[in-house]
Amino acid sequence: MLNKIWFGLLLVGIVYGFGKGALNSIRAPEPVEAAQGESTPSQSMRGLEQMGKDLNAAALDSAKVSVEICIGLIGIMALWLGLLQIAREAGLVDALARSLSPLMRWLFPEVPDGHPAQGAMLMNISANILGLDNAATPLGLKAMQELQTLNPDKETATNSMAMFMAINTSNVTLIPFTIIAYRASSGSENPAEPLFGIVLVTTISTIVAVFAARMLAKSPRYAFPTAQSNNPTGKEEN
Amino acid sequence: MEAFLQVVSVFSQWAIPLVILIIIVGGAVKRVPMYESFVTGAKEGFSVAVMIIPYLVAILFIIKIFVASGAFEDIKLVVGWMMEQIGLGQYRESLDLIPLALTKPLTGSGARGVMLEIFDVHGPDSFLGKTASIMMGSTETTFYILTVYYGSIQVKKLRHTLPACLIADCAGIAAAVVLGYFMYG
Repeated sequence: MLNKIWFGLLLVGIVYGFGKGALNSIRAPEPVEAAQGESTPSQSMRGLEQMGKDLNAAALDSAKVSVEICIGLIGIMALWLGLLQIAREAGLVDALARSLSPLMRWLFPEVPDGHPAQGAMLMNISANILGLDNAATPLGLKAMQELQTLNPDKETATNSMAMFMAINTSNVTLIPFTIIAYRASSGSENPAEPLFGIVLVTTISTIVAVFAARMLAKSPRYAFPTAQSNNPTGKEEN
Repeated sequence: MEAFLQVVSVFSQWAIPLVILIIIVGGAVKRVPMYESFVTGAKEGFSVAVMIIPYLVAILFIIKIFVASGAFEDIKLVVGWMMEQIGLGQYRESLDLIPLALTKPLTGSGARGVMLEIFDVHGPDSFLGKTASIMMGSTETTFYILTVYYGSIQVKKLRHTLPACLIADCAGIAAAVVLGYFMYG
């Protein structure tokens, strides 16, 4: 699916960009021509040239921004993985996981009780609920690593990973602080008013996410490639 | 309301220090060699962050090309026009929410721009402003998150992850609009 989306978006982007650029260069130079009295070949190509320039800039920009994001992530990752290590050695993560283990067993039947993935996932979900975005990403990446240790096919997502991602991207938020801040800075008289709505809507979308992940996991279209042959425990199907 | 906001603001600033305090006190109770275990854990940070780069380049590349081509802008116009044609004209005002719904899964900063524009034009306390706030707060930058999380463990075949996440996003957007009409409309 991702392969097709990747190809599709790029193809549409470049072809559409060419078309739009060509259209712009047919339409846009008219007033310039009228003002200057005569047209030059370079002017009639201006729209197309600009579009090419934009696409070039977009491609190079994506490369630059990606590295900037990852470099920024290194320090935050180190900080939170360090703290997580202390929390784990102190038994705090296990205690958290144990207190919610019935729920975790239901959501992630493939993850055995007491596995470090349970604790890491719970820490990530808690950080998201509290709106601590900086902490949530390192903890979530740690959880993915732990889930990967249970994965029989290292290139393919397991049901637990898909469930975790679905919950993560629709996460219940108690304190959407950035939104309150934007509303306040835009001169809202009541910046925190949508708070209740956000909690309600994220709860709904999280429930939908859990059921969507559950249902789609059973669809033969998305079957785990080795589920029938290489996975004798059969946990994949549950 | 002012007092409540103040509390929320203080709490959001103190949440991380409090979490750190709980962790180190817990560590002290269990006699964890704190400096050593911190460094052991922190070491992993570098390799994980660097591993994400190829995946992130791949996904930001297509998103940025697609947005730069102008196709994205035009799709928003067409969807708005289609909604008008099928008789949702009385909801014309809420068409301004469509760009937000389409932008959020792709880019967080783009969506923020759209939301601030809605605040600017309609005011943050209007029906649209409040509904946009709910939408913004209840959806995530799905493509970016999937890329980073799966990239960090080198998983390339996502199976049902993307459809499941997008279904949840759609449910969130629909719920936000319904709730917006119900509460503020």
